Amino acid sequence: MGEKMSRRPYVQELSRTTWYFKQPRYMRYMAREVTCIFIGAYTLILLVALLRLSQGQAQYEGFLAALQQPGSIVFHVVALGFSLYNTFTWFNVAPKALPIQIGEEIWPDSVVAIAHYVVWVVLSLVILFWAGVI
Amino acid sequence: MTGDRLSALQVELEILRYNPETDTEPRFQRYSVPCKNEWCILDALNYLKDHLDPTLAFRWSCHMQVCGSCGMMINGEPKLACKAFVRDYTGVIRVEPLAHFPIERDLVSVADDFMDKLKRVKPYLIPAKKRSIEEGEYRQTPAQLTRYRKYSMCINCMLCYAACPEYGLTKSKFIGPAAITLAHRYNQDSRDDGRDERQEEIATNEGVWECTFVGACSDVCPKHVDPASALQQVKIASTVDWYLEHFMSWVKK
Amino acid sequence: METIKTDVAIIGAGGAGLRAAIALAEADPKLRIALISKVYPMRSHTCAAEGGAAGVVKPDDSFEQHFHDTVGGGDWLCDQDAVEYFIHEAPKELMQLEHWGCPWNREVDGSVAVRPFGGMKIQRTWFAADKSGFHILHTLFQTSLQFPNIQRFDEYFATDLLVDDGRCQGLTAIEIRSGQMRHFQAGAVIIAGGGASRMFPFNTNGAIKTGDGMAMAYRAGAPLKDMEFVQYHPTGLPNTGTLLTEACRGEGGVLLNKDGYRFLQDYGMGPETPLGKPELKTMELGPRDRVSQSIWHEIQKGRSVKTAWGDCVWLDMRHLGEKKINERLPFVRDISISYLGVDPVTDMVPIRPVVHYMMGGIHTDIKAATPLPGLFAAGECACVSINGANRLGSNSLVEILVFGHKAAHSALEYVRSAGPGNEAALAAQAEAAQAKLRALFLRNTGKESIAGLRKEMTDTMEEGAGIYRTQEGLEKTCNKIAELRRRYGDVALHDKTNVYNTDLLSALELGSMLDCAEAVAVGARERKESRGAHQRLDFSARDDSKYLKHSMAYYNGLEPPRIDYRDVVITTSPPGVRDYSGAKK
Repeated sequence: MGEKMSRRPYVQELSRTTWYFKQPRYMRYMAREVTCIFIGAYTLILLVALLRLSQGQAQYEGFLAALQQPGSIVFHVVALGFSLYNTFTWFNVAPKALPIQIGEEIWPDSVVAIAHYVVWVVLSLVILFWAGVI
Repeated sequence: MTGDRLSALQVELEILRYNPETDTEPRFQRYSVPCKNEWCILDALNYLKDHLDPTLAFRWSCHMQVCGSCGMMINGEPKLACKAFVRDYTGVIRVEPLAHFPIERDLVSVADDFMDKLKRVKPYLIPAKKRSIEEGEYRQTPAQLTRYRKYSMCINCMLCYAACPEYGLTKSKFIGPAAITLAHRYNQDSRDDGRDERQEEIATNEGVWECTFVGACSDVCPKHVDPASALQQVKIASTVDWYLEHFMSWVKK
Repeated sequence: METIKTDVAIIGAGGAGLRAAIALAEADPKLRIALISKVYPMRSHTCAAEGGAAGVVKPDDSFEQHFHDTVGGGDWLCDQDAVEYFIHEAPKELMQLEHWGCPWNREVDGSVAVRPFGGMKIQRTWFAADKSGFHILHTLFQTSLQFPNIQRFDEYFATDLLVDDGRCQGLTAIEIRSGQMRHFQAGAVIIAGGGASRMFPFNTNGAIKTGDGMAMAYRAGAPLKDMEFVQYHPTGLPNTGTLLTEACRGEGGVLLNKDGYRFLQDYGMGPETPLGKPELKTMELGPRDRVSQSIWHEIQKGRSVKTAWGDCVWLDMRHLGEKKINERLPFVRDISISYLGVDPVTDMVPIRPVVHYMMGGIHTDIKAATPLPGLFAAGECACVSINGANRLGSNSLVEILVFGHKAAHSALEYVRSAGPGNEAALAAQAEAAQAKLRALFLRNTGKESIAGLRKEMTDTMEEGAGIYRTQEGLEKTCNKIAELRRRYGDVALHDKTNVYNTDLLSALELGSMLDCAEAVAVGARERKESRGAHQRLDFSARDDSKYLKHSMAYYNGLEPPRIDYRDVVITTSPPGVRDYSGAKK
């Protein structure tokens, strides 16, 4: 009941450099975001492949040989793992961005997520078939 | 229905205390509180205030998960104190005021910023044409009601702001999950025609484009409002708006 | 002290306060409106109302039916002119809320849906799942945000009304965050501060329901009316008192004793209706007072279910099925699981009657005006006498709208005719109010603890002024409350800092509750009959010759209130027999 103003709200700062260690879900979020780098790396490799192809057969075969180096194989295995992680995590949150309501019913998230996986598998099969692998 | 739900247990609470008149900065204080097995954290806090330390400040009212007063961090997770049960914790339970908000005192946060943001998104029906009472109700089918009902369940408890790192990192510039969700609730309402006005606020850098889809807001929401979903829908709709405007301007929205 | 000048000050920002504020803002965009509440508007207890709001809207219904249900339900203690006004305004107000965006449940054709409710002969309860009050409150709050002339003072605790020249001209309030006192100078004051059921140990009410508005008006000279009528809701969770809405029974839930027998048929509410096919105004859809009292009798006869939290009966909703429970009663399911660990889809829920609502309150006329010029009241804190001796479920959510709106118009009319006040006299009163609080701060002694006094108060209220009452018990309770009010003068404040001092607020709230509790206990002691929610074991019959009257409690300092009586307004429905048997239909 004093006349003086006693308020002094204490401001809670969130560290810009270490915030994602605060909660496991922040770490998971960072993992989802960081793994997109490997998708990007794949894309770059594909561009390099196109460049080499345009330069002639010898260059392209040199590129293919480089892909078979142990370092390249290790990179591809790691990148595949991270890319799959990135894909799975995004597919699992996709229903939030694309909820589907039919009449009064809102479809369960799992339906939308499964639809993504189905499209993914079908597209992969089409490409593999087209490429003559299967 | 018998004994063991009422059995007593001693719960150790570590509570963040801050009184601007006597503390230079927040500090933790330990209390040992005799609880019943069925109690929620709010019951423990009330016992503490009545019997151990009347100076502890916290907000509460309904004790039934609907007034939204008692949001706080419990072991680092934003929770309603009336929806967090002592039986679900082991060891010392750490209780702090909601993250990212300034601390007024003890477990009481300053809510001014949140209140301003609610107002900013125009969370009220803006109909194309006002009806008189005599004209009766706007017709709205159960399916049309379902389109927005989930987003109308927000109790304004602010847990999603305490969970959202973007809100903390932008030093509260981000309009944030609950307020944008509320805008989306009205945008989705078949009786409403105010989306353009709300887009000016929410389809902005401080609005939905500050969201990076961490998804923490939906994880912690005690009412399953799913703000993350609302925000992503707003992003998609805003993107469609942009394309229509810039590449297909002959198409009417 | 900072003085804030305003045209109309509203104390309380729940349903009634918000409705009043919006009505004022719409009526005159230049009017200065101060909306003062000890909590943020969304925290107000309106949010906890679950079932719905009654308004005649369907072709099979009529105003006459709503009138008779309400007056009979209130055991003829309702003022019938007020009820008539109320039922005619009800559908308009509910329609207005629809236009403001309230998510009412709908029929397939898009029209508003209604559900059955206790004591109502026709389905007329508008509802938004089992969160009707929540949606009404948030719709009103959000709607209010578009009016720049509603100036909100969130988390300001009103302490005293300022009365000069025989009229109310403002109030003092503590800004909770700073601990600073503010003087609101107002042309008129509307109190919409809610009920006071926290004076009982086992209640459905939020912590904020401490009767501050009632007590403030009472201390300023406005009488409290019919305070002895305290509603027990039949279905509270036995441990926390959390409300399970009447809609549980409206949707078809039934009450069973320990033998699985639907005992309501033994208490004038039979014969038994088929399971899952509730019939209006009989059995489980009888009025709250009758149903609660039947449970009490069943417990006396030893046919109750023993639980760790005392004697209960079962509420069985299993036959409704998971889909219907999820669709119509999702919140009920949620809280039963949270607080009791019982899932109504698979198990019966133990319940017991719990204090829920105060029919009594600040006496107002049909225009929401109190006898103190310049002071208006609406909502649970007021008693305009539409609820009589027992409120029907789903009338209160409408009452806050109808009379919140009415209070606004009455206050506006008053403000336009009232002359300017004596500013010096008002400022002096505000200073005196502040000095009173300062004294509490500066006092070093103080033997009584807030929690201790509160416990003694709630215990004696339950013992003496509970669901069944006797002269002896009431006298004991009256004496105890008088003693507690004296001891309250020596209450200890442990926290003497300014910022967000909840110790101080608890002390003030305890003072409000004690004042209201005394009005309840003394009113009950003096009413030597049984009517509606006021049941005396020693006077078990209704006595219209002596008590077809409202009790009026006048504040009398530390002495018990002076009780006076006032005639009930009867227009078309002479007192009759309340019949909730289903056979005659």
